[in-house]
Amino acid sequence: MLECKTLYDKIWEDHLITEDNDGTSLLYVDRHLVHEVTSPQAFEGLRISNRTVRSPEKTIAVPDHNVPTTLDRAEGISNKESRIQVEALDKNAIDFGINYYPVNDIRQGIVHIIGPEQGWTLPGMTIVCGDSHTATHGAFGALAHGIGTSEVEHVLATQTLIQKKSKNMKVEVNGTLGLGVTAKDVTLSIIGETGTAGGTGHVIEYAGSVISNLSVEGRMTVCNMAIEGGARAGLIAPDQKTFDYIKGRPHAPKGSNWEMAINSWKQLYSDNGSRFDKLVVIDGNSIAPVVTWGTSPEDVLPINEIIPNPNDFDVQKKQAVERSLNYMGLIPGQKLEDVKIDTVFIGSCTNGRIEDLRDVAKIMEGKKVKEGIRAMIVPGSGLVREQAEEEGIAQKLKEAGFEWRLAGCSMCLAMNPDQLSPEERCAATSNRNFEGRQGRGGRTHLMSPAMAAAAAITGHLTDVRNLI
Amino acid sequence: MEKFTEVMSVAAPLPLINIDTDMIIPKQFLKTIKRSGLGKNLFDEMRYDQSGNEIGDFVLNQAKYKNTNILIAGDNFGCGSSREHAPWALLDFGIRAVISTSFADIFYNNCFKNGILPIILPKKERDLLMDDALKGSNSILTVNLENQEIKRPDGSIITFDVDQFKKKCLLNGLDDIELTMKKFDKIKSFEDSYFLKFPWLGQ
Repeated sequence: MLECKTLYDKIWEDHLITEDNDGTSLLYVDRHLVHEVTSPQAFEGLRISNRTVRSPEKTIAVPDHNVPTTLDRAEGISNKESRIQVEALDKNAIDFGINYYPVNDIRQGIVHIIGPEQGWTLPGMTIVCGDSHTATHGAFGALAHGIGTSEVEHVLATQTLIQKKSKNMKVEVNGTLGLGVTAKDVTLSIIGETGTAGGTGHVIEYAGSVISNLSVEGRMTVCNMAIEGGARAGLIAPDQKTFDYIKGRPHAPKGSNWEMAINSWKQLYSDNGSRFDKLVVIDGNSIAPVVTWGTSPEDVLPINEIIPNPNDFDVQKKQAVERSLNYMGLIPGQKLEDVKIDTVFIGSCTNGRIEDLRDVAKIMEGKKVKEGIRAMIVPGSGLVREQAEEEGIAQKLKEAGFEWRLAGCSMCLAMNPDQLSPEERCAATSNRNFEGRQGRGGRTHLMSPAMAAAAAITGHLTDVRNLI
Repeated sequence: MEKFTEVMSVAAPLPLINIDTDMIIPKQFLKTIKRSGLGKNLFDEMRYDQSGNEIGDFVLNQAKYKNTNILIAGDNFGCGSSREHAPWALLDFGIRAVISTSFADIFYNNCFKNGILPIILPKKERDLLMDDALKGSNSILTVNLENQEIKRPDGSIITFDVDQFKKKCLLNGLDDIELTMKKFDKIKSFEDSYFLKFPWLGQ
């Protein structure tokens, strides 16, 4: 009888070079994505040890984390430290001969958006990057996860990674999503259910009718936040939608290779009867548009709820909730919909793709950003930006009152000048609501692009279903 | 990498759960192209006020904990980003061991690459050490990696598990890359058969 394998088991086995008795394994890496913040020390390490990049053709670099997103950036980066980091990447890319999309290339963008966009991301691959949101690429059925800078250096030098196999976890989302409910609401609701440590030590495979009905871009949003649930990687079995999305992209296989690749990719699914160490089942019909209220992504509630009371949590979490509410300037019992916002940020590797911008444009149709609200859209890549301009979305959003920026990570982590001031409250489509994440003292509420658009119109957290 | 054999120190208590890497080292300090010098900004936004003055209440600002080498932390320590700046900042401050009930995976791995020992203990034992840490000045803990033991101020011993490969690397300060490069022939022969099977990946 054939052994039943999960999707994760299959990809793991295909990439296993050696395995020691204690399970310590050497894993082959197909794609290594590199950005300016977590790589300079790794390249420096190579130089000191007189080592080279083993497979420069499998290494792709782009500056994204601290690049300015204002239109004047072609004239240079004014922040000295940011400029040095970006210049270091420019130099490292040339010196080591790796694939590179410099800051003024139209294809530049957030590393997790341009990987799939350029066809670097393919099913069945192992993909690593010195960034925890590498989980995004799991939407294609690729084993993709974040690594530290020491590991970046290790992959550059050897094209391999030392790993121990994680456990298998399955999150099944069944049913059908209601009106106004998106992939972001799905992934946030999952974290609300499992907690931020629920996936620790596991690779999550997302399955069920809700997941298979999502677009490929929606699936990227879901996998992107696997790390917020503690899992290094999220996976979704590839299907015809995945293949259609990849076909014809610059680095996708062509000709006879394409046919061979498709046949191979069709084997990438968890066998019937394969065993998962942990299973979470969620009823997709009951998922509502959600927002976060605290400073951990697990602090999430449907928009029509109220701010919770710290006394309703266990002792440890109670302390964290008290701290969160104090930081966020919120009062238990307050209606979420009554929380006023100052700023709207649309973008990030979670929600900076063309479908996200279309969602925003749809809600904004015939409406304006409320006066006094700072609202910005930062497309995930130069090509997403260009497409939105061609579709006429950009013009509409600008007329509605949004700033229309150049591509980058921007206010998701506020390493560039796009930051919140202390106590400034932001409706954000990004992935982390940690203290200080978007700027010291800044208050972040995570939500979908549609929900962020609704908040932009009314000036407070809003149930988007009332505007559809 | 600095070897880890034994560390003896007062331990600093940080009972908050879900301490994320943004708290450990806020993003404005990630613009460095070096690994050193981050210790002064460890826990920056909890440690200093807006004008850059030390916040007296914060544990690492208290005289008795200023020179600590050990942290006792709440659940799920190090969640969030993959930034290795988090262990670099801890190490630069002088932290060599972090003890909690759980760690985020990437942070946990990053610690071992930098001579920091993250120790996972059951809640009950972590709580005992948290109590020890709260006592401050004369409450010395000794963490011994070879024996996988933590000696408490009262002389009692708590044992812990650790991955044997990671233990070996830490005890001897081994460089992973050097170890892997010894397997280059295996990597090469893997690639040969791998690209036969998946020719579109060999480009």
